[in-house]
Amino acid sequence: MTTAVAIAQRVQSGESSAVAELEVSLEVIRSRNEELNVFLHVDEDGARAMAKQVDHVVASGSNAGPLAGVPIAIKDNLCQTGVPTTCSSRILEGWRPPYNATVIERLVAAGAVPVGKTNLDEFAMGSSTENSAYGPTRNPLDPSRVPGGSSGGSAAAVAAGMTSIALGSDTGGSIRQPAALCGLVGVKPTYGLVSRYGLIAFASSLDQIGPLTKTVTDAALVLEVIAGHDPMDSTSLPEPAPSLMAHLNDGVAGKRVGLVRELIEGADEEVVASVHRAVDVLRDGGATIVELSIPELHLGLSAYYLIAPAEASSNLARYDGVRYGLRVDADDVAAMNEATRTMGFGAEVKRRIMLGTYALSAGYFDAYYGQALKVRTRMIEAFRSAYLEADLLIGATTPGVAFTFGSKTNDPMAMYLNDVFTIPTNLAGDPAVSVPFGTGEAGLPIGVQLLGPGRSEAMLLAAARVLEVGDGRS
Amino acid sequence: MSSPLSRDEVAHVARLARLKLTNEELDLFTEQLGAVLEHATDMQSLNLEGVVPTAHPFGLINVVRADVVRPSLDHQAVMAMAPDVEDGRFAVPRIMGEAP
Repeated sequence: MTTAVAIAQRVQSGESSAVAELEVSLEVIRSRNEELNVFLHVDEDGARAMAKQVDHVVASGSNAGPLAGVPIAIKDNLCQTGVPTTCSSRILEGWRPPYNATVIERLVAAGAVPVGKTNLDEFAMGSSTENSAYGPTRNPLDPSRVPGGSSGGSAAAVAAGMTSIALGSDTGGSIRQPAALCGLVGVKPTYGLVSRYGLIAFASSLDQIGPLTKTVTDAALVLEVIAGHDPMDSTSLPEPAPSLMAHLNDGVAGKRVGLVRELIEGADEEVVASVHRAVDVLRDGGATIVELSIPELHLGLSAYYLIAPAEASSNLARYDGVRYGLRVDADDVAAMNEATRTMGFGAEVKRRIMLGTYALSAGYFDAYYGQALKVRTRMIEAFRSAYLEADLLIGATTPGVAFTFGSKTNDPMAMYLNDVFTIPTNLAGDPAVSVPFGTGEAGLPIGVQLLGPGRSEAMLLAAARVLEVGDGRS
Repeated sequence: MSSPLSRDEVAHVARLARLKLTNEELDLFTEQLGAVLEHATDMQSLNLEGVVPTAHPFGLINVVRADVVRPSLDHQAVMAMAPDVEDGRFAVPRIMGEAP
């Protein structure tokens, strides 16, 4: 298995070169992208130029950074100067951002080489990558199944070995769920830890950018690079990036781990069994296990599916055919707006815009959106109480392993239920990690989820590392 | 079971959101949005009197940047991505009716 840590070490030592590592990555992309539909755009020329730059820095005897020459896949809702960025929507077809997202700036400064943009559910709305205007992505572990979503392309890129690491975004589970379904580590950082500047907004009070990787160590490395205050994002926490690599081997001795009933309830038997085995591994590592119930978590789904669409309906109002993206001509400006949006947005995006518009409309505001914001307060208080009894929490990431294409597409509520375990942390603004642990039906991977209070990434990654070792993965 | 929202309400919301729905889409969305709102009834039955709403997880307020001039995005680079441009500005179809 090729990790980012190994590539960076090879490139910096001169044993390999950034250009050579990029060619390896491009070769895998060439051989499998047609089948899996992972990348919407491969930026070969731009990536080669960046790789050469890294090799030049190394040749001059300087340190090219902690991600020296590491090819990375970028979810296509992150802006990269001059590189087509679509959000998997017709409405942004052909758009090339005039600026870099802060995470792109930081990755490149750390020596990483962005190779291209990966498929997602349109505007990150979905849990299977079936909602892309450019066709679904297939799960490399079983192409008859979905890779999860909405960061399905980024997950598939890493699972197929096209890159060792990828960036995704997580609004209600969109990093952790595809990580679980593709056998990867996925981190949803504390809200505000990673700058959202240049992340095309879905639900601004919930969105966070994070890594999808094969190993916990790589996840820590990428997160250290992209985290830390950014004046370009007013919701960015006013503090430097936390130290994560230094704490990776801290273990879990003395930690109180809360096994949360509501985070395994309704999950498939094999998923519940995996969580219980993970609990045993943490206990063997010196943790104390407490069983907890947080009934408020049941309300997460309802609150989320009002708050996220409400914010989305506002954020997506900017796609009006005036300043960028698609324009469908009409006689007057109102007709042009309507024709453009009707043609440019897919069904799921329309559904959520409609839901959000309704929840925010006069007469329903208090009953739906207002009530959801109060439930959010309740959720935050419930987590706070739980963290008096436990240092971190454990549960499942998803109710089951990767599902087959079309099995949930005709019933949005069934699809939404796939996010039931991941949504609560987004509402609370807290971090969570999904780590592969055990396998289920057809040998497909199962993800175990670790949750902690705000800014507890170092502790969560150390616990994830214990599980990685305990699952025989390292 | 009757849907929590009517077909007419869905049509009204579509107009607010500047979306044109076909008759089939109207029927489908009435049913699907109804199912989501139906699920949300678990939330509406709660007594949340006096609970302060949370719009943002950490309650950062009044974040302002330093009052210093700094470069903005390049004007030409931004306009290059516009669907229609006239004299360095965004051009759109007519906004009001023709003069009589």
